[in-house]
Amino acid sequence: MSASDKTPIDYIALSGAKPRGKRPYFFEDPAVERVLAITMAVAQEVAVLHERVDTLERLLEQKTHFKRADIDSYQPDPEAATARAEWSRMYIARVLRIVQQELEALDKLDQNYTLDDKAEELGRT
Amino acid sequence: MASWPSPPPYNLVGKHGVSAQTNHDDRARFNFLAALNTHLATHVVPGNAKAFKVKVEPEFIAANGRAPKDRHEVRRAMLKNPHFQTWSALRRSSMEMRQQTGREIVLRQIADLNARAAKLNEGSPKLKLDPKFVVPPYVAKVDFHCMPGGYCDEVMPNDVSAAANYDIGIFATTAGGLGKFNDGAGNALAGWLKKNAPDLKPKRILDLGCGMGHSLLPVAAAYPEAEVIAIDVAAPLLRFAHARAKSMGINNITFVQANAEHVPEPDGSFDFVFTTMFLHETSNTAIRNIINETHRLLRPGGLCMHLEQPQFAGLPPFEQFMRDWDAFYNNEPFWTRMHDMDVDQLMADAGFDRTKMFVSGAQAVVDEEIFGKQKDDVEDYGRKASWHVFGVYK
Repeated sequence: MSASDKTPIDYIALSGAKPRGKRPYFFEDPAVERVLAITMAVAQEVAVLHERVDTLERLLEQKTHFKRADIDSYQPDPEAATARAEWSRMYIARVLRIVQQELEALDKLDQNYTLDDKAEELGRT
Repeated sequence: MASWPSPPPYNLVGKHGVSAQTNHDDRARFNFLAALNTHLATHVVPGNAKAFKVKVEPEFIAANGRAPKDRHEVRRAMLKNPHFQTWSALRRSSMEMRQQTGREIVLRQIADLNARAAKLNEGSPKLKLDPKFVVPPYVAKVDFHCMPGGYCDEVMPNDVSAAANYDIGIFATTAGGLGKFNDGAGNALAGWLKKNAPDLKPKRILDLGCGMGHSLLPVAAAYPEAEVIAIDVAAPLLRFAHARAKSMGINNITFVQANAEHVPEPDGSFDFVFTTMFLHETSNTAIRNIINETHRLLRPGGLCMHLEQPQFAGLPPFEQFMRDWDAFYNNEPFWTRMHDMDVDQLMADAGFDRTKMFVSGAQAVVDEEIFGKQKDDVEDYGRKASWHVFGVYK
């Protein structure tokens, strides 16, 4: 299904409308928040492209000729859905790697040494 | 084992007569958001407790000579913590992306959706809208959970788009936790009644703040002989709810545009009155009026139940702080006040007997073969598909 040209509203602008109320910013510099929000929107679109490629590949495995409508009506079977979900888990873990590593740093406070300090310490061994 | 180690794919979400049509990429966007929210709940949320324990609380104690005394002190301290900042910025972004994704789908087909709803609603005596109805300001003036325009938004006359967007996006916010037709809470409530109130054979049932009816339908279906009255203040929700219920073959509900503070029904005319995730979207004054109304409307021996997030009393300040996130950062202005209230006192003030009050719990009941079993060890503070129940027999 494609967007309807008959829709008498600017649905693209309306889709991204701001809700009433002051938007909360969590980082000291709002520019960081802005870049993060844009990055996550791009991350969402990369996931969409990947899912589309995955759908194309699976359709091609079934038949050499198909129509665009077959992409929109594609229903992953449980095996395909499981594989796609696993890809999503890996993908999001890759995108948010730094968050994982910062949390691990809180778990392993004794490993937060600088290399200079370590060189000094190891130099004496 | 659950069939899915992750959220189920969006294509398994149920379709009804006023479902927005989704294309491949729409569904992929929701799949991403469900996976992102699952990742945040599983891997990022727990870091807040860790950051509090390892960094924030020790630094607070060093500076003040004591631990934070309440959730507000915890919040002010955590706002400076990089992990809380990152999680919160990601969660807020995820809510905004969910809105944009849903609105894009719904608004580009708004004329068709409204036409489908109008056809199902035309001439029905079971949809009672009041063109002169004045929406109370606590709903009219708030864009709950970042929905631009709020529940009453009408992009064009006879609009259902706000409700249609609400319906298709619950999957993303709860990562599929409410089931195929977003009816996990309603199924839980119907199951609770069957188990705990087997003698309740209600002739008349009242749902206050029914929204688009997703939590109501299983209750109405459980008592097909009962007359069900469902009220809400938002016309777009009611239009959609009526059309949705009708298309799903549930025909014993009358949807009425009315204020839960002043329900146009006689005293003692209901056997069962309930709310689901409603009271936290009212106000200090309204909640008292609403509880008073439940007492007036119930017959002696009738049952009243409310499904909400847990009340804050007795929870540690850190947990209260985590559960309060939506009050500050997700447009839920009454959330923090409601969860501080002594609801037993409110019910006692309304005339209910304290010895007939109870608290309980309810967990979403979904088709586990498709939607998996809820993981007990993952807490997403305000997003998890399980609820605190409080109620009373009159």
